[in-house]
Amino acid sequence: MPVVLETISLVKQFNGIIASDNVSLQIEKGARHALIGPNGAGKTTLINLLTGVSRPTSGRILLDGEDITDLSTHKRVRLGVVRTFQINQLFSDLTPLETIGLAVSERRGQGLDWWRIVGSRPDLVAEVVEILERFHLTDVIDKRTAVLPYGKQRLLEIAVAIACRPRVLLLDEPAAGVPEDERYEILAAVAALPSDVSVLLIEHDMDIVFSFANRISVLVNGALFIEGTPEEVAHDARVKAVYLGEELVDA
Amino acid sequence: MLTILFDGIAYGMLLFVLACGLAVTLGLMNFINLAHGAFAMAGGYVTVVLVNRLGVPFLVSLPIAFLASAGVGFIFERTLYVHVYRKSHLDQVLFTIGLVFMSVAAVDYVMGSGQVFVQVPSAWQGKFDAFGVGIGRYRLLIIVICGLLTVALQFILAYTRFGSRLRAAVDDSRVARGLGINVNWIFALTFAFGSGLAGLGGALGAEILGLDPSFPLKFMIYFLIVVTVGGTSSITGPFLASLLLGIGDVAGKYYVPTLGSFVIYTIMIVVLVWRPQGLFSRATAR
Amino acid sequence: MTPPPAAVRTATEWLSARARWHPLEIVFWFAAFAAIYLFPARHLILTEIAWLGLFALSLDLILGYAGIISLGHAAFFGFGAYTAALLAKHEIIEEPVLALLISGCAAMTLGFVTSFLVLRGSDLTRLMVTLGVALVLRELANRYGWLTGGADGLQGASVKPVLGVFRFDMFGHTGYTYCLTVLFILFLVARRLVNSPFGLSLLSVKSNPLRSSAIGISVDARLVAIYTVAAGYAGIAGALLAQTTAFASLEVFSFDRSADLLLVLIIGGAGYLYGGLIGAIIFKFMQDYLSALTPQYWPFWIGLALVVIVLVGRDRITSWTTPIRLTAARLNWRALARRSAERL
Repeated sequence: MPVVLETISLVKQFNGIIASDNVSLQIEKGARHALIGPNGAGKTTLINLLTGVSRPTSGRILLDGEDITDLSTHKRVRLGVVRTFQINQLFSDLTPLETIGLAVSERRGQGLDWWRIVGSRPDLVAEVVEILERFHLTDVIDKRTAVLPYGKQRLLEIAVAIACRPRVLLLDEPAAGVPEDERYEILAAVAALPSDVSVLLIEHDMDIVFSFANRISVLVNGALFIEGTPEEVAHDARVKAVYLGEELVDA
Repeated sequence: MLTILFDGIAYGMLLFVLACGLAVTLGLMNFINLAHGAFAMAGGYVTVVLVNRLGVPFLVSLPIAFLASAGVGFIFERTLYVHVYRKSHLDQVLFTIGLVFMSVAAVDYVMGSGQVFVQVPSAWQGKFDAFGVGIGRYRLLIIVICGLLTVALQFILAYTRFGSRLRAAVDDSRVARGLGINVNWIFALTFAFGSGLAGLGGALGAEILGLDPSFPLKFMIYFLIVVTVGGTSSITGPFLASLLLGIGDVAGKYYVPTLGSFVIYTIMIVVLVWRPQGLFSRATAR
Repeated sequence: MTPPPAAVRTATEWLSARARWHPLEIVFWFAAFAAIYLFPARHLILTEIAWLGLFALSLDLILGYAGIISLGHAAFFGFGAYTAALLAKHEIIEEPVLALLISGCAAMTLGFVTSFLVLRGSDLTRLMVTLGVALVLRELANRYGWLTGGADGLQGASVKPVLGVFRFDMFGHTGYTYCLTVLFILFLVARRLVNSPFGLSLLSVKSNPLRSSAIGISVDARLVAIYTVAAGYAGIAGALLAQTTAFASLEVFSFDRSADLLLVLIIGGAGYLYGGLIGAIIFKFMQDYLSALTPQYWPFWIGLALVVIVLVGRDRITSWTTPIRLTAARLNWRALARRSAERL
């Protein structure tokens, strides 16, 4: 499969701490690619570099062969590189309807429209409602985000990313902090992602990783430690050593 | 030209003493106190009353001005400021602007709106020549006093327990609290001390800067420049910024008098846009 | 997989709820225009309220909707004022409406140029940069006294009749109608703007700039856009002052003016467009009353008001207007009827 997003020798250094150490990662089209590693391995740093929130000390990032290393975050989003945040980053005073509405309207290039009233385009609203239905958010559609239960907020976080029609979706621990009974919806939403969207998933929960991924990369101390299919990674002795005491799934 | 340098240094050190309390308050509590100049004004007027009307010797009036301003600062901090710490920056700005307006109007009412002068003892007036440079006696006194204060401040910060507690609280107040440091008490004492220094600066500076009820408004921008250009992560940053500002302002007004403070304001804007975290501070995320 | 049309209709209702005209708004504007005929004796103060309200509206656009704290908004106000005064005094543009538009454009240009200064840095640096710009303008106006009249101000900047027909008079009759009309038109534009997708994006930028850029919004571009528009509004307000008083002085750039403006907006509440207008009404009448009592110490009362408002809490104060807003929402019977029909 062709590579849609790749990094070439990406390095990120903060005052002597090397957060990303020569990372060369390839995400294929349609991938279900998981990125795992111990805490502090640099997974979120890598996502920040891929999305332009941080600038690399050296190295390059290519999207479909085009160099996007110097592009700002919002330009990368317009090219289809979208992420979710590990800690919810939502608009606390807006409702899910308004939040998704904003994402869809921006994607359609109507963000600078200062004359039309919000909601005056029925086709846009239909798309927004459809997305909200897909993520089971219609029961809270008109409530302020700040009052939503955490699981719903997490669903909204993913829904917003999907509303941007990503080519590459970077999910940063989508199920983190979600109570047990609300996890199912999140996982179902992740599993139901369109097959043409290439997904990079960061997760700690190995059940989710092994049920979702067809390729796993392991990040340790900022460097890519090992890469391969779930079977290969599960049975690699070095990975078990790194995850001291953690039991990987018997494949 | 060297005289200008000398005058600029004196002005700069005076600004430092005036503004360092503001730098510490901002760095310690992330609190924008636009009313800092009001404490300086208080010290200035206390000295004016003591020296002109009560005949207190000038050098004696200085520590009294310090204590008076520190006292007022302590009271205000415990009764008013403490309620505003957690509020947004906008609220802090509104609150302190309100205090400035109130203090300006109150002083105007009590002391009249004209500029007042301290009757500086004749020993400190006039100039003498040293190595061909005209040295104003009063400015020399300012440099000496402010220099001693700066050294003392640095000593307190670096070598005393209070200093290390203060530095810890500035660095990370939550962790400091967790270590058992009484951060509230440090806030109060530091605020009082900073206000006292401002008062002392106002007393010293009344003669050079001109003292009238609008003092806090006129000099607010100077204090803010010292703090934002110098940064809040050390004492040396504001110190250097004050010197630069003092020399720059004196030189600017001498060489380009028609433009007045225009040069300073423009430089400030350029610096802030180029390096928003200040010229001398570490690039800490705030 | 298109959702049922009823759901889409309801969603549209909810989205556009912000933009619907509440009955109280209509009452407000009706009263404002009725005052032309009902209170001719008060037209002078009403004129001041009108341009002050416009000035506060412009601050609301950047403070209430985009979250930019500015201590130097008077820069644009003053720039507009001096432009209008100079156009009138030197008889370059005789007709006031045209001069008004030009002054607005001049202020917008200044706003655009300085908008890049407020994009970076913390609240404190923004505060200082905006303050610095206003102070720089004041210094320049002082320096170039041959153009601006310096400390004495620019006098004799009287304007010709509006649209060639309505002559300005001493009692403010034309002045009030003129200012109110300008205010109303600009208000309508601002209302459209904040209820548009662009306006929604401003709220998102204010609420969470990180998230906004993560959905493809160029935060910097939006801020520049709203800052420029707000500068234009402030400039027009300043031009209205200059045209109705035939005078402009250095004081239009002063810190006092920017600080007073903050108070005006805070009294009424930021973020719903009417705060500036309500604040202007309250502020001007308060000033009128207190200046008669203690003319020299008026700043004391402003300061006290600011301190009290902050200590009591801005949220608690704007919550006093919540009953009014709830009533207005309840009066919105169409949406109410549809929602109950949905639930059945």
